Amino acid sequence: MSALSDQVVSIATMVYLLAMISHAVEYALGASRARVVAAPAPELVGAAVGGGSVAVVSAGIAGDPVVGGGAVAGGSAGAAGGPVAAGEAVPATDVAADPAWRTAWRAELAGRIAVGLTALAAALHLVALVTRGLAADRMPWGNMYEFVLTVSFIGVAAWLVVLVKVPSLRRLGLFLTLVMVLLVATAELVLYTPIVPLVPALNSYWFIVHVSTIVFASGLFLLGAVPAVAYLMRAGYEQGKRSFPYTLAKRLPAAAALERLTFVLHAFSFPLFTFAVIAGAIWAEAAWGRPWGWDPKETWAFISWVVYAGYLHARATPSVRRNVATWLAILGFLTVLMNLFGVNIFFEGLHSYGGL
Amino acid sequence: MTAVDDRPGTPAQAPRRRPNPLLALLRNSWRQLTSMRTALVLLFLLAVAAIPGSVLPQRGVNPEDVRDFFTEHPDLAPWLDRIGAFEAFSSVWFSAIYLLLFTSLIGCITPRLRDHVRALRAKPPAVPRRLERLPQHAVLPAPDGGAVAIAETLRRRRWRVVVRGDEVSAEKGYLKETGNLIFHTSMVVVLVGVALGSWYGWHGNRLLVAGADHVFCNTGQQYAEASFGPRVGDDLPRFCMRLDDFDARFLPSGQPSSYNAKVTVDEDGGSPRPAEFSVNSPLRLDGANVYLLGHGYAPVIRYTDRFGNSQHSAVPFLSNGDIGLTSEGLAAFPDANVNPDTGERDPNLQMAFSGLYLPTAPQKPPFSRSEHPAEQNPLLGLVAYRGNLGLDGGIPGSVYQLDQRQVRNGRLTEIGTKELRVGESWTLGDGTTLEFLGTEPYIVLSVRHDPGAALLLVSSVGLVLGLMGSLFVRRRRVFVRVLPAGSGDPGSGSPTGGSSLVEVAGLPRTEHPGFAAEFAELVSAIGGDQRADAATGAGAPAGTGAGASAGAREGAE
Ligand code: HEM
Repeated sequence: MSALSDQVVSIATMVYLLAMISHAVEYALGASRARVVAAPAPELVGAAVGGGSVAVVSAGIAGDPVVGGGAVAGGSAGAAGGPVAAGEAVPATDVAADPAWRTAWRAELAGRIAVGLTALAAALHLVALVTRGLAADRMPWGNMYEFVLTVSFIGVAAWLVVLVKVPSLRRLGLFLTLVMVLLVATAELVLYTPIVPLVPALNSYWFIVHVSTIVFASGLFLLGAVPAVAYLMRAGYEQGKRSFPYTLAKRLPAAAALERLTFVLHAFSFPLFTFAVIAGAIWAEAAWGRPWGWDPKETWAFISWVVYAGYLHARATPSVRRNVATWLAILGFLTVLMNLFGVNIFFEGLHSYGGL
Repeated sequence: MTAVDDRPGTPAQAPRRRPNPLLALLRNSWRQLTSMRTALVLLFLLAVAAIPGSVLPQRGVNPEDVRDFFTEHPDLAPWLDRIGAFEAFSSVWFSAIYLLLFTSLIGCITPRLRDHVRALRAKPPAVPRRLERLPQHAVLPAPDGGAVAIAETLRRRRWRVVVRGDEVSAEKGYLKETGNLIFHTSMVVVLVGVALGSWYGWHGNRLLVAGADHVFCNTGQQYAEASFGPRVGDDLPRFCMRLDDFDARFLPSGQPSSYNAKVTVDEDGGSPRPAEFSVNSPLRLDGANVYLLGHGYAPVIRYTDRFGNSQHSAVPFLSNGDIGLTSEGLAAFPDANVNPDTGERDPNLQMAFSGLYLPTAPQKPPFSRSEHPAEQNPLLGLVAYRGNLGLDGGIPGSVYQLDQRQVRNGRLTEIGTKELRVGESWTLGDGTTLEFLGTEPYIVLSVRHDPGAALLLVSSVGLVLGLMGSLFVRRRRVFVRVLPAGSGDPGSGSPTGGSSLVEVAGLPRTEHPGFAAEFAELVSAIGGDQRADAATGAGAPAGTGAGASAGAREGAE
């Protein structure tokens, strides 16, 4: 079972890689598509300006022969949004010969394949986690290897949910799959540990509650960092910056929508993270006699919490620019990474059972 | 998110007379301190100020590491110590930041609390004149019952409603601000809980060897290491405890899988009762909790001196940290070789045995490392010393280690080494004997009392619930105006042209992507039946495009 889990992890990594390549192909082909669609993502602008209430009747629905089926119907595209748009770009037969359309169609195909591959990889990822848990006869959260695998799985699962709700964000998949490849490969190549059972201190209900929520919140923070980075690049692009990182954002969704998604994800994971830290404190009280002892892991959880609180504050303060706030979100994610990797590597504390 | 102004407070009025400059300065500083911007800066500073505490060793977490740091960096360490870097979380700079932050917090939430209480009692505002300017707008045939029926529909959906003539104003989502205030207030309560704990809390650590000879009663002197808050009196809760049995299970690899301590507790006023506790379930006594932090073995040794007197030692041997629980310790017999007839003590005939205990010794030498923490092949390696142990010198030594100074200056000499199995004895050169009788388990206890804990728990619940209210609830308003019959826009082509219409409009007060859908749903509920759909679809006056969007799908590429 354990060996099976390890093999499935390798396969999943490969599939993530393929998904990433597929996304890259979509991205590369996307140029011609961008040319045919007249209005640059009007539906997303609408969402941001009017708080989801302004109906934007998209330019290009009526006249544009390419985006035939009334794909863009306005309204909001916030992540909490409702039903998925029914109409994807449905080609009309008379334009099938148009080379621009053909490229667009290929881009669409590549994008769909990429999403399919991501879903497949996520399924494999889940299989790897379940088999690992079965082999160890406990939740697969006992060491850093398992921890990183679980966090990244939560990230990708949440991504798929977001994608179902807001398909227009698909191009972010390139960044997401890149992160997944990096994380899963790091877990596999650097952090791998054979299965061992838990030490007595970890054998508690609160362990399960604490770690599952921490993992979940970290996964969402991971996912939240993707649109945060994308937003910063896209916002620069929309302001006319055409130098290196900004050009990458050429075909990303509108900045305002990315920013909103960033916020929604963080607004969701912050209370969860707060709860997780509190559950950790309750468990630490039972196991070590004190709810909070400024152990390095606890300290870095505190730092992350304060930074994310700062992000939410900054976003609620009108005089703070949105990209400053978004930088805080990214900083927050760096502190989460520090806690996941750095603390186990550099410091010694009660949490150091994480083991490399 | 609400568009919160940096300072919702007093409008800047032109001062009529020259204000006291000092007062003005104070007022300005207060306004500065309680602004969102300052809170943001202080939050950021707090995060930064927490970093040194994780990078440098901390006395509260790991005092040995601090000592090592001092030996490794003799120049830097005293300097860092002066600025409190080894107690970073109680240092002046860290405290200053969080105290400022909490002052700002209190200054920030007090006026908001007042405003919110007022808002909770106030009625939703009057219907604006031009409803079509609001983000959501729809016109539909008036339902039976007019404004009153509409108000009822809204009330049933838990909107806060007020009817003014033909107009209905409704508002929902007050829980957002309530949650936000609960969250921020809980933060203050957390701080109070922490303060209570550090003033009135205490804790002590000690080892407890199994057996009736080693009963421990809770007094300050009984702890090897203890810390008492400044407000703790000397009347610790009275209880005594005896370790009856300790059960540790290990995997073949040596990794522990479970611990369980069985004790007899004798609390003040009660009769002795058995109790059990383990790593994740402490023993909760009245006024103190007892936590199990570790365990080990105390070899029981009997030494028979020249006069035939026997003495016992069952001193805990401390683990050197390896997985096999290799432990080191000292069995000292300062009262050995006291002449029983004269009572005369020869200070140079004291005995001590320093040893290495291996619960599972390897099959072949060297016998320096235990292979497993359970006692599968116990072996005690001893080094015997005779001479002056230096216990009278007034310099306190560790009970777990030999005073090496005495060895160095020749007052204590090594007289032999031996490896013993359980039950074996060793006859020394002077005819005295030592027997290794076996071991007793011992446990490492932490006894604690934290009077702030309950408050921390309560405020934690407040933190999470408040946060959820604050982040998930959206504040929004709906306005309805029943238009007099026949006033419908003639251009609308409404199928119900002649009868009366209602105009409904919605205003999300916080960014709210799902509001369009909620509004559409609400509009059809107000309409009372399927007529509403027809009306919203076709009846919206041209130019108020939003009206038509009430039912629009949320778009995506
Ligand atoms: C102890 C430090 C503080 C922490 C950890 C903290 C944390 C938070 C968090 C996580 C939120 C987001 C939840 C929400 O949107 O309601 C928030 C919101 C808010 N905080 Fe704080 N806060 C602190 C201090 C302050 C201070 C000092 C002020 C006043 C200047 C303040 C004013 C606000 C306001 C007005 C909001 C609501 C923003 C909105 O409209 O959503 N907070 N705070």
